[in-house]
Amino acid sequence: MSAPTSAGAPVTIPATGFPVERFTLPNGLRVVLTPDRSAPVIAVGVVYDVGIRSEPQGRTGFAHLFEHLMFQGSENLEKLAHFRYVQASGGVFNGSTHLDYTDYYETLPSNALERALFLEADRMRRPELTAENLANQIAVVKEEIRVNVKNRPYGGFPWLLLPPVMFDTFANAHDGYGSFEDLESATVEDAQSFFSTYYAPGNAVLAVGGDLDVAGATALIERHFGDVPARTVPTRPSFAEPDLTSERRAVHHDAMAPLPAVAMAWRVPDPVGDLSAYLPYVVLAEVLTDGDASRLQERLVLTDAIATSVSGYLGFMGDPFDVRDPTALLLQAHFPPSVQAETVITAIDQEIERLAGSGLAPGELSRVQARLAAHLLREVDAVLGRTLSIAVLEQQRGRAELINDLPHLLAEVTAEQVVAAAQTLRPARRAVLELVPGSAQ
Amino acid sequence: MSPQHAAPRRTVPALEEPRALPEPEVAERTLATGLKVVAVRRGTVPLVEIRLRIPFAGAAAGEDVSVAAVLANTVLSGTGSHTNVELAAELQKIGGGLSVGVDPDRLVVSGNTLSDGLGRLLEILNEVLTTATYPEREVGTERERLADRIQIAFSQPSQLVRRALLRRIYGTHPYAIETPEPDQVRAIESPAVRALHAERVLPVGSVLVLVGNIDPDATLDLVEQALGGWSPTGVAHRTPPAPPLAAGPLLLVDRPGSVQSSLRVALPAVPRAHADYAAFQLANLVFGGYFSSRLVENIREDKGYTYSPHSSVDHSAAGSVTLVSADVATEVTAPALLEIAYELGRIATLPPTAEELEQARQYAIGTLALSVSSQAGLAGMLIALAGTGLDLNWLAEHPIRLAKVTLEEVAAAAAGYLAPSGGVTVVLGDAEAVTGPLGALGPVDRP
Repeated sequence: MSAPTSAGAPVTIPATGFPVERFTLPNGLRVVLTPDRSAPVIAVGVVYDVGIRSEPQGRTGFAHLFEHLMFQGSENLEKLAHFRYVQASGGVFNGSTHLDYTDYYETLPSNALERALFLEADRMRRPELTAENLANQIAVVKEEIRVNVKNRPYGGFPWLLLPPVMFDTFANAHDGYGSFEDLESATVEDAQSFFSTYYAPGNAVLAVGGDLDVAGATALIERHFGDVPARTVPTRPSFAEPDLTSERRAVHHDAMAPLPAVAMAWRVPDPVGDLSAYLPYVVLAEVLTDGDASRLQERLVLTDAIATSVSGYLGFMGDPFDVRDPTALLLQAHFPPSVQAETVITAIDQEIERLAGSGLAPGELSRVQARLAAHLLREVDAVLGRTLSIAVLEQQRGRAELINDLPHLLAEVTAEQVVAAAQTLRPARRAVLELVPGSAQ
Repeated sequence: MSPQHAAPRRTVPALEEPRALPEPEVAERTLATGLKVVAVRRGTVPLVEIRLRIPFAGAAAGEDVSVAAVLANTVLSGTGSHTNVELAAELQKIGGGLSVGVDPDRLVVSGNTLSDGLGRLLEILNEVLTTATYPEREVGTERERLADRIQIAFSQPSQLVRRALLRRIYGTHPYAIETPEPDQVRAIESPAVRALHAERVLPVGSVLVLVGNIDPDATLDLVEQALGGWSPTGVAHRTPPAPPLAAGPLLLVDRPGSVQSSLRVALPAVPRAHADYAAFQLANLVFGGYFSSRLVENIREDKGYTYSPHSSVDHSAAGSVTLVSADVATEVTAPALLEIAYELGRIATLPPTAEELEQARQYAIGTLALSVSSQAGLAGMLIALAGTGLDLNWLAEHPIRLAKVTLEEVAAAAAGYLAPSGGVTVVLGDAEAVTGPLGALGPVDRP
């Protein structure tokens, strides 16, 4: 309930109490449930522990292409049936491919719960992997890449373009959307092998959130997923790489872009194995870039007017709590053509240096923490966002409950920890990508 | 269906009985100043979402929308008691944020806060509404930044084709220009922005929506206390009715070197309050308004021409329009456009099947419930409805209307609004490559 807050009085960081129930089926499928009966809607998400980093060499973009194939028919459903059954139930669906996982989900009126479970179980048993479907979805994916990357100014900047500057291994450095050559040479056999390796029930987490009764939902899940055959679960290899010891720079020419831009990234502690060391970097990114009162907005955009926009975030896909090691803190800025990239980089260095040397201003940390809490709460308000969050937290950490704890854990980060994090953002540890616009080539 | 497919062994489960959406706790009051306030309790998370819609019709002098654009980008640049940085810090303290958007109909201030901070958020909102100062230095910085951002936006195919389409559809109507040119923005000075604020940032005709874990009645008192002093008087203007669509030759806009063409077809539509709206909405869904539509199944799932074709309805205060969009590889530009025209012709002349209609009907009813199940979703929907005088009653009644629509009504709406002969087509792409093939389909105009 709201009460007037007088100017200057800090607000308390509120907590949520979303319940989490969990169990594992004999075939290895892990299940998490988060009931909330305040509206008659549910979300169902299946997260497989395979992403861009696991795709084979010579098959860039395969994890994403395979995601498309999971919608093309399954053991008991012809092509197009999945879409029709979800939408004819009043629901929406999608899937997405990340560095470390691939998710499939629908959100629907709660009377469609059993139907949604059936649809996910059916394609977990056997997707319809045919040459015709493969050729059709290769064409669709190529159009997706054209609309998002090739035909668009700043396409892929910096998420596809900065990893190859920062990393050396194929797993961490390659283009996750894929080259047209690799996509076109994908075969049905590749798809079958990818499915049998990575899409075992023991390599997945099923999450259901919203208007459900725990006992009833448990029975339905056992009915539909219980007989999906257990298969060997692959051991996820380490994708670790040594940190940079000297600065790396690259230049990208974007013929369609009107204005220059720069992006830079530094490695950060393991988000899963060392959460307490990682959280100060999440706070630091906000101190530097969240809103007009942040360090870099105030300096670069408002005071010096050498940038039109600045942003900072954790993870190449902006995913601080659903990515594994190695990952990075990224900063990026767009700036007018009259400004040199070096001017922007120097100003960023100076602001980081000032923070690392002189610390935070009174009140600066608590206000950033309050805003971070609001961002996190906003993301889990809709049942779909909440359900997918608990699925990934459970898969990568076995800790779906973290959804309720993160605002407080971030509020416990100290000024000393943020300053210490800033002290690690040295030029010698970073990768820098300059985007040169077409007119400047 | 693929030939290798084995006969189904399992059947898809039926739907259970639907559960009704609980009636939201809501309170409404129109303040003495003319501001209408709607407060709704939706308590999933300890946050509050606010949306303030201020009528802004006629705010553009002639075709110059640049003053309004600069106002939206600088209203948070300073007040009688705080600088821009201090305002941002005050908002952060309560976990809050404010942002401002403008179009030819309205100025919308959107915000959110941890719920304990609502009182403070409203105080800050009041301070901005009543004492925004538009300092010259900050206005100078922001207008340059805005001009650069517009330049970036106009390098994006989606923005370029939209600009050409709006000019083609609306001619001299205010809706023809949504975004000013960078040079227009660079010429705007503080006094013009201050004058526009004094004349148009008024409580008369404005609507404030609050959704969150709030007590609706107590929230109205809180709003009255915080915003009661926002009381300048004036007149809320209305946008003149939009002109009917005038069909004509395809307009081709050149973007040399494009590897894709952006296809857009505009068609007539009806506003949400219109008697035909439910039938029209279902006709549009069957045609191209969702994934399980004829258009998507044809040009994506069968032919692989495009990633995300769709047909959506844009509602503005003075008129509604259907927009069909597809971004396709350059070499299939004409074939893809042919398929769009074919599917429009098919929906306009052959009634949908009963199965197609039921599927679209359930989708429309279900997704309406989904879209208002989050605080931000409900706040956004209520402020959109407020633009045409609709409210929670429309939200409650629309599923009932959708449930009653007949196949004949849908067929009539399709014939009346989706016939390809009534469409306006604009294509953005590499003219050298696509002019010839497009010319085979009909006359092609160049700007």
